[in-house]
Amino acid sequence: MQSAEEIISFQNVAKNYRGGNDAVEDINITVNKGEFVCLIGTSGSGKTTTMRMINRMIEPSRGKIIFKGKNLKTFDPVRLRRTIGYVIQNNGLMPHMTIKDNITLVPKLLKWQQDKMDRKAKELIKLADLPESYLDRYPAELSGGQQQRIGVVRALAADQDIILMDEPFGALDPITRDDLQELVKHLQEELGKTIIFVTHDMDEALKLATHIVIMDSGHVIQDDTPDNILQHPGNDFVKELLGEERLLQAQQNTLSVSDIMSKNPAKITLGQSLAEAIREMSYRHVDTLLVTDDNNKLKGFIDLETINDRYSKYSNVSDIYQANRFKVKTTSYLRDTSERILKQGYKYVPVIDDDNNLIGIVTRASLVNIIYDAIWGKEELDNPDNIKLPDTIAKESDNA
Amino acid sequence: MISFLNQHGSELIIKTWEQIYISAFAIILGIIVAVPLGILLTRYDKTAKYVMSISGMLQTIPSLALLALMIPIFGIGKVPAIVALFIYSLLPILRNTYIGMKKVNANLIDAARGLGMTTMQSIFKVEIPMSMPIIMSGIRLSTVYVISWSTLASYIGAGGLGDFIFNGLNLYNPSLIIGGTIPVTILAILADYLLGIFEKKVTPKTKRSEV
Repeated sequence: MQSAEEIISFQNVAKNYRGGNDAVEDINITVNKGEFVCLIGTSGSGKTTTMRMINRMIEPSRGKIIFKGKNLKTFDPVRLRRTIGYVIQNNGLMPHMTIKDNITLVPKLLKWQQDKMDRKAKELIKLADLPESYLDRYPAELSGGQQQRIGVVRALAADQDIILMDEPFGALDPITRDDLQELVKHLQEELGKTIIFVTHDMDEALKLATHIVIMDSGHVIQDDTPDNILQHPGNDFVKELLGEERLLQAQQNTLSVSDIMSKNPAKITLGQSLAEAIREMSYRHVDTLLVTDDNNKLKGFIDLETINDRYSKYSNVSDIYQANRFKVKTTSYLRDTSERILKQGYKYVPVIDDDNNLIGIVTRASLVNIIYDAIWGKEELDNPDNIKLPDTIAKESDNA
Repeated sequence: MISFLNQHGSELIIKTWEQIYISAFAIILGIIVAVPLGILLTRYDKTAKYVMSISGMLQTIPSLALLALMIPIFGIGKVPAIVALFIYSLLPILRNTYIGMKKVNANLIDAARGLGMTTMQSIFKVEIPMSMPIIMSGIRLSTVYVISWSTLASYIGAGGLGDFIFNGLNLYNPSLIIGGTIPVTILAILADYLLGIFEKKVTPKTKRSEV
């Protein structure tokens, strides 16, 4: 996002209604070209009001909106709307028009040539992943998901580069919703459309957005990337909206290896003898030792099996150690590491710093600790003094 | 029957024509006024309430009284009859137009606006087509009423099939009464039937026609 081109910018925008409800206050949002912005909040948070100000369906009471470098007020509302795609929850297809007429509704308003419209209709029905024969059908003859696909591609018919979507998938079943989410993500990622998407579904927002604006009772509470919001929820409202489960999950997602590694790996230096290695193993209750040189640089490992096989021929660690196939740096994300441990069957992974110094080790037991965190709660384990577990369990976890 | 036709045949045709003429005039005027007014009222909700109750009140005036009330203003003949029947035709058409327009799915109107239709485009391309069945049923209702009520118009000298009926009543001649009533009934049924066909034509399709 280095060459971010500002496309919409709200500057201290407010909207007040006489009844006092549904108002928004002091909105400052900037949308860059190609972004996927999710406006999220509970009902009455002002998210839809905010979105509808972009195509002048609602006029702000105060403040101004800059659209493509010009004050939005200088645009003619009707012509403006024809340049901005618009998708609403219940697809908004005209029941008395064929799919083709529905798709080409805006081009028709713009008085395109018939053959150009025909081509566009065919192109878009393909994008919606529906057969061309559907063009002659009426909306009532399509399933809800198919109708909304048409609703989505219709928003592109006049080559609009900005699309507003107002809870477009709220009424769909989860599988259909997934499909459509793929479709709109594709529009943003592959076709470079800028999408402003209103939703109350946090999963949807986290999945799609490059930029989430969290709103509550007319105010912007937090405006950031999904990752940052998960890592640093602005306040309790955001935390609540995200849910404890997601926060914990997010923490694990970005937990780095150094957060969970054991800092005291069983190891041995190159110069030591195999007898010493066996003693160390039995002392530490392990079957594998990491091998380092005298400067603590990681060289490899030896395991009990190898020692057994070759004990008669060799006497030094340096003779029979094997190089590590897999090691990680302290800064690596745990999510990548744990996947390899679990899926590829590694029992442990040595952790090194940038200079190949052995720093620690991540074992399957370390992963188990994470599960402990998830089950018993992070807080308690952060402060061992506070653990309110029965004695026996507490002891067990000490042993682990 | 044959003797009735022999005796009154040519008169029957003239009276029927008068009946059609009066009713059609009233209905067409009613449509011209009530449909646009109904559409207009959907944009002014507060006014709509008043207009609806006024036209409801007009509807409650007994039809004979209304016809009689026209005489001081328009004298006797066809004009006062047409005006009175026109007033009667207003309410069903007005009410149905208003309700029909109001009933159009707000989502569709929102979509129409959001996609960049002007208010006029939204009315003509979306709202009227969508409310056509309800508007048409108002027109059909009015038409049937007006055709039957226009028999009363003969009281104020407008002519029509009412002449037969009233003559029959005065002369105690049942064949005249029946001879006037049957054509009125047929006219009403026929008009309703024709409007039904018309309604099908103007109601937009929402499904492909079945083969």
